[in-house]
Amino acid sequence: MPFKRYVEIGRVALVNYGKDYGRLVVIVDVIDQNRALVDAPDMVRSQMNFKRLSLTDIKIDIKRVPKKKDLLKAMEAADVKKKWENSSWGRKLIVQKKRASLNDFDRFKLMLAKIKRAGVVRQELAKLKKENAS
Amino acid sequence: MAPKQRTPKVRNPDLVRGIGKYSRSQMYHKRGLWAIKAKNGGVFPRHDAKPTDTTVAVKPPKFYPADDVKKPLVNKRKPKPTKLRASVTPGTVLIILAGRFKGKRVVFLKQLPSGLLLVTGPFKINGVPLRRVNQSYIIATSTKVDVSGVNVEKYDDKYFAKEVQKKKKKGEGEFFEADKEEKNVIPVEKKDDQKAVDSALIKSIEGVPELKAYLGARFSLKAGMKPHELVF
Repeated sequence: MPFKRYVEIGRVALVNYGKDYGRLVVIVDVIDQNRALVDAPDMVRSQMNFKRLSLTDIKIDIKRVPKKKDLLKAMEAADVKKKWENSSWGRKLIVQKKRASLNDFDRFKLMLAKIKRAGVVRQELAKLKKENAS
Repeated sequence: MAPKQRTPKVRNPDLVRGIGKYSRSQMYHKRGLWAIKAKNGGVFPRHDAKPTDTTVAVKPPKFYPADDVKKPLVNKRKPKPTKLRASVTPGTVLIILAGRFKGKRVVFLKQLPSGLLLVTGPFKINGVPLRRVNQSYIIATSTKVDVSGVNVEKYDDKYFAKEVQKKKKKGEGEFFEADKEEKNVIPVEKKDDQKAVDSALIKSIEGVPELKAYLGARFSLKAGMKPHELVF
């Protein structure tokens, strides 16, 4: 099984440790064997160890160490945000965040909705079982 | 501009700590002591002590205690009601954590002068009457109910004081009789007060979908719920 996601200039990665946990960043340069220069639209360009990055499938087309303006333009052109939010990984993170921010009242309403949905599913199942049995 | 904000006029500014700018004679002139003297005929005005009425002769006390007992210092401290958490405002839904109604979700009305929180179920929804609860035993949720139609002016700590039991003389025969013949009957005024507070509340609660069922249900921790990570 060959590797599919490579560390390269323009690879979009997710920070998985530290102060910027959960942020999407672009690898803008490789410093040495362990570190990369990393940049994001709302962040000061900084270095990060590769161990703190989880590579994603998304890649944008930039030159080595672009100006912030060019980086923003390239991210817009590749539509990183939309691609991320539509990917299954991105959607999972959004759902996790939503679940964590639920109010006590929201959790109660969620419970009622789950029970209702389960009831509807069970009814359909019973109907299908009856049709099958006969 | 508040009058207290003006810096007070300093007659003798310090050049260095301990050394004023003006000498004794200059300060004498600045303070106007010459004018005060002139007004009083060349002499500084004297205020002799007014002769007080001769105090009534105190009789020597009959009894001197054997040891000198220290008198405790006077305590003028007036306790304030506990500081209300910023998350607790009138209309907030609270979760009671201890006592008979633990887990019940309840509507906060106001803080009483003793510091306790006045709270109501409403009674028809979850069986919690107008009750006092300590702020330490609640979790404040971020759900708010509209309490503008409710008047809670007349409730204070005296309303919740226990009724004074008349002391019964215990004769020998009465020892063996059942002591608990008094049933705890709630007076009609309290029931009416409850209805008055709850009627406006229930109307505003029914305006929000599923809020009535929410208040009727008890809170409990289920599997996987971590209280320090939950958002209330």
